[in-house]
Amino acid sequence: MSTNIYRYEVRVRWKSVLIWTFALASLLFIFMALFPSFSAEAAAMNEMMANFPPALKSAFGISNLDLSSVLGYFSFCMVFCQLCFAIQASNYGFGLVSVEENEMTADFLLTKPVSRSNVLRSKILAALTSLLATDVLFWLMSYASIVLFREGKPYELKILLLLLGSVVVFQLFFFFVALAISQLVRRVRSVTPYSLGLAFGAYVLNAFAGIFGDVKLEYLTPFKHFDTAAIVLDGHYNLPLVLLEVGVIILALGFTWLRYARRDIPTSV
Amino acid sequence: MNVIEVNKLTKYYGKSRGIVDVSFGVEEGEIFGFIGPNGAGKSTTIRLLLSLIHPTSGDARVFGKDIAKEGPTIREQIGYLPSEVFYYDDMKVIDLLKYSASFYPCDCEERTRELASLMELELNRRIRDLSYGNRKKVGIVQGLLHSPKLVLLDEPTAGLDPLMQRKFFDLIRDENKKGVTVFFSSHILSEVQRLCNRVGIIREGRMVEVSDIRTLQQNNTKKIRVNTRYGQPAFDLPGVTNVVTENGTTQLFFRGDINLILRYLTTLNVDDVSIEEPTLEEIFMHYYE
Repeated sequence: MSTNIYRYEVRVRWKSVLIWTFALASLLFIFMALFPSFSAEAAAMNEMMANFPPALKSAFGISNLDLSSVLGYFSFCMVFCQLCFAIQASNYGFGLVSVEENEMTADFLLTKPVSRSNVLRSKILAALTSLLATDVLFWLMSYASIVLFREGKPYELKILLLLLGSVVVFQLFFFFVALAISQLVRRVRSVTPYSLGLAFGAYVLNAFAGIFGDVKLEYLTPFKHFDTAAIVLDGHYNLPLVLLEVGVIILALGFTWLRYARRDIPTSV
Repeated sequence: MNVIEVNKLTKYYGKSRGIVDVSFGVEEGEIFGFIGPNGAGKSTTIRLLLSLIHPTSGDARVFGKDIAKEGPTIREQIGYLPSEVFYYDDMKVIDLLKYSASFYPCDCEERTRELASLMELELNRRIRDLSYGNRKKVGIVQGLLHSPKLVLLDEPTAGLDPLMQRKFFDLIRDENKKGVTVFFSSHILSEVQRLCNRVGIIREGRMVEVSDIRTLQQNNTKKIRVNTRYGQPAFDLPGVTNVVTENGTTQLFFRGDINLILRYLTTLNVDDVSIEEPTLEEIFMHYYE
């Protein structure tokens, strides 16, 4: 690894990490602040939920959710946090090497005495550092929000850890898939449309799973692999799906590794 | 020893041509000019040498090392100035130069300051705020701060004012005197003529000529201008080309035994005559007709 590339890359993403953390924290705190009123009216709430059409409930991932329990409610908030994580990780993945080609700085970096694999390795490690920093801050915020707003209600620590831990693999999926896609196209002109497309695409694929009929497309998306409501309900991960996800991550990484070493860097014209 | 040794290098971008079967060598310590119009394949050749792109077939060696296998080691001794410079916009000039230096095993700080003051570059400005010419200067300093043994210049003078161009050429000449080999790509012939020992001419992706700049210029071709008092001489001789007559002045190129043309000239009633070497520009046009 080249420490100078690593350091530069971490510094470039530092602001973005803070902004994402701030967004996630606000989301969590605003949602969790409503928990006391939700749990107070738990009976009425669950009754109302029962009257919602099943399709709508499954679309929002609240079909078998108990909003009156701490983790039931928290897992509902986490779906939106997952969406943020997905966009952030896709942003980093799509931009990781393509940003150099867009801004023509690849000519600067790749004419230095470093190999392509070294550049890629340093950049990936830097981006993973930024993602992990976001996670750690997110974990602290989550714990704080639960302690602050749980109203003395009990929760199971093991399940909370499962929920919080899931974001790591979840991010890796979006990061590496986005990176692999960026290697397939000749030039990623702007990162945002790609990452929004990937993140929302994956979300919608899970949310509207029912509409595809027998074709189980939702098995492709991490929103299904780490279905927060199911984790709370089952008390464990869905192991085959998690393994499938890890498999996809490894494939995407391998593909990028081979492809980037042979990639022709386009010129400005 | 040849610093650059290119052997039947070919690059296709999909179906469109980059370069085809290009072979040439650049000797240690020379300034090699690489000329051709836009799209002839100059940048392609340089980018291949730097492994920014990969050859379709053929191979090349720099410092005797295969570019496909030892790219990073080779690049330690290469300074590269691209035709268009783009850097991390948010950085300050000094930070970019330090970042650039951090890739090399040298302590480059003194050389950086030296080059920056020579090129009149302000180190504390943000790259985003720099004009095109100033960015170019950043590129020059960045390309030379690690004292490379080989300098690759891809149309380097665009955007520099004449004063800066001269400073830049002096700088390149000084580097060359220290033993640095320079590979200079350009479509502006006068600057190649000023600077280079040898030139390679590339056209539609193929090398059409590699030769000493003097041989190319002499080449036994002479530019002859004749003012005649009466009538228009026919110049009906073998070796005469491009005859143009205007206001009684006839201009032509002659290639062959100089005595033939001299004997012919004495048969004319001449007011004035000049015989000179054609400029590189004129030779160049000849390759592109």
